Amino acid sequence: MSLTTAPHVPVDILRFNTCGSVDDGKSTLIGRLLYDSKSLMEDQIEALERSADITGGGQINLANLTDGLRAEREQGITIDVAYRYFATPRRKFIIADTPGHVQYTRNMVTGASSANLSIILVDARTGVIEQSRRHTAIAALLRIPHLVVAINKMDLVGWSQARFLEIRAQFEEFLPRLDIKDVKFIPMSALNGDNVVEPSPHTPWYVGPTLLGHLETVHIASDWNLNGFRLPVQWVNRPNNPTDQSLHDFRGFSGQIAGGIVKVGQKVIAFPAGIVSTVKQIWTYDGPVQEAFCPQSVTLVLEHDIDISRGSMLVGLDHLPGSSSELQAEVCWMHPRALQAGKKYYLKHTTHTVQVAVTEIVNKLNLATLESETGATELAMNDIGEIRLRTAKPLVFDGYSANRLTGSFILIEQGTNATVAAGMLNPPREIVKPENGDYVI
Amino acid sequence: MQNYHLDHLQHLETEAIHIMREVAGEFERPALLFSGGKDSICLLRLAEKAFRPSDIPMPFLNVETGHEFPELIEFRDRRAKQLGAKLIVRTVDQALAKGTATQAPGEVSRNKLQIPVLLGAIEEFRFDCAIGGARRDEEKARAKERFFSFRDSFGQWDPKNQRPEIWNLYNGRLNAGENMRVFPLSNWTEMDVWEYIKRERLEVPSIYFSHTRECFRRGGQWLPLPPEHTDPTKPDPYAGARPKPSEPRKTMVCRVRTIADMISTGMVESPASTFDDIIAEVAAARVTERGSRADDKASEAAMEDRKKAGYF
Repeated sequence: MSLTTAPHVPVDILRFNTCGSVDDGKSTLIGRLLYDSKSLMEDQIEALERSADITGGGQINLANLTDGLRAEREQGITIDVAYRYFATPRRKFIIADTPGHVQYTRNMVTGASSANLSIILVDARTGVIEQSRRHTAIAALLRIPHLVVAINKMDLVGWSQARFLEIRAQFEEFLPRLDIKDVKFIPMSALNGDNVVEPSPHTPWYVGPTLLGHLETVHIASDWNLNGFRLPVQWVNRPNNPTDQSLHDFRGFSGQIAGGIVKVGQKVIAFPAGIVSTVKQIWTYDGPVQEAFCPQSVTLVLEHDIDISRGSMLVGLDHLPGSSSELQAEVCWMHPRALQAGKKYYLKHTTHTVQVAVTEIVNKLNLATLESETGATELAMNDIGEIRLRTAKPLVFDGYSANRLTGSFILIEQGTNATVAAGMLNPPREIVKPENGDYVI
Repeated sequence: MQNYHLDHLQHLETEAIHIMREVAGEFERPALLFSGGKDSICLLRLAEKAFRPSDIPMPFLNVETGHEFPELIEFRDRRAKQLGAKLIVRTVDQALAKGTATQAPGEVSRNKLQIPVLLGAIEEFRFDCAIGGARRDEEKARAKERFFSFRDSFGQWDPKNQRPEIWNLYNGRLNAGENMRVFPLSNWTEMDVWEYIKRERLEVPSIYFSHTRECFRRGGQWLPLPPEHTDPTKPDPYAGARPKPSEPRKTMVCRVRTIADMISTGMVESPASTFDDIIAEVAAARVTERGSRADDKASEAAMEDRKKAGYF
């Protein structure tokens, strides 16, 4: 690992989040990553030293780097998701520091939803606790592609390989019940910096990479979905009185590609109209392009004049999506006012907002046992459960397991406009079918 | 494009364009905060990328303290004109004259007075959304901001009661009188901003590059010498911000790293005269960008307190 101060352009971005319970040393770990990768500046270190004199009895507290708000420093807790940035010559990193309290599951979901990787911190002295299972289950539910189990405070168990293996075995007991493909276990001491950026002299029995080494090299290129073209339309681009005559009839559909690849000349279906057209032009500010892919932002011009507006979705002819107004989904409830069956909400899916009624709570996930339990009458804040919904208009969607962007939604409470839930759609029971050449939904 | 790979700037760009278009799609009367500074220069290019060949569907808004660098004002006006955008300027002076803002006794900086002026402009034009160039890497309180930052009818930010943001689904729904601040550059760092400006070949105000300027030492910083007070019929707008005999003066080869106004911007000694020089300087920097901002040194929670009061 080499860090240079020369100008550099990292090749890509890795987004990760950290989760652990209150004293597992999350903030210390992030502080260590920033400190040892020389991503901290002198005035930040000075500020740390200043607060060490005031509150820390002279001991520098790396956690003060991330616990930014006054309330957090006073109470010694992290109350919200904090974002941190650093870069090495190989990658730019975005860290979502998500709190570990039971009552902040919603923040973990917030911080982890767009992550490529989650770090689960475990205190080597206590081993796997309910929180570890809960965090791992949420990471699995969100389908975060990569997981790191950071077994921290190894210095306090005498760098015992036996203890490391024991905790790994505790994890491996419940991992098969969760659908996680890539899990890495790393023994470390965040406080002293062992195996965070520099390899530790205390773990000759560990042959894997340091945490930063792993973050720099984990393969994320295939984390984006390139099957099945999806473009949720955000904005219809129609120039008013353009001085350029050629733009008089310009009508483009602007959006961020949420799946797959699109090419000029390719056929696409415009939903909800269900009408097939051909891509005439892929317009970008930097000039027209022949093809574009997820997650690029583009403006498409079609051959035919079809009724398309914000909330419409353009899709390719292979890997067709589902369509229904009867939906089933896993939700994480995020609001103190519990979910009750029968209540109406707004549902925002891609760029489309519709009214929705929750018709049934199918089950609730017991995060202690990881079992789904039927008979729940409500989902309270931080509960995860499966629900049925009926939307006022049909949704064109994919299962969350196939596409994180077209398979996810949020629920918004009517009146307060609070975001009350994050939802992950089950795979569609029926996919859209052509009828006389068009696709009617 | 054959390998379907985006580098980190392209990722940040597509994320920001998506957010800009969500604003256009979800709000009735958005505005874009444009100061002429490097971050808002990036915002304008992103707006062009989001909305061309159409016009950018929102006016630009700037709040002047009255102590601006003249180079910045000239650049701001010229750039807005080039893009064919409507530029709305509201000033602290107007607010002081009308009595909608009052200066704290003895305070020289007008930084906090920008808050009532911004809130006044939002009310005057009934803006329901203001896009700003704030970045999370600037400051600890900013690190906790959302892309869509909900503000109540007093413009206040409540860090304990923010809307969760999941995937790329932003909840822009508002009741009457409430508004949203939206920060498309949330995930950008100072380095990303300069690399983007270089890649896009964007013009920036000349004071970002090395020049010769007379400065004086105050509060651990080299502050620019304010312009001469030429109209004796009016009170000196820079009263209190002129060097005292005890404060050392120096003619420096320097530039700005971050721009507030002339009272709050520390000049940094630098020979950097190209984008590459600036990028090399940022890479080698040992203090944060905000280390040269007097407004952030007030206390450890200075930014948190201003944001709760309605600062952008």
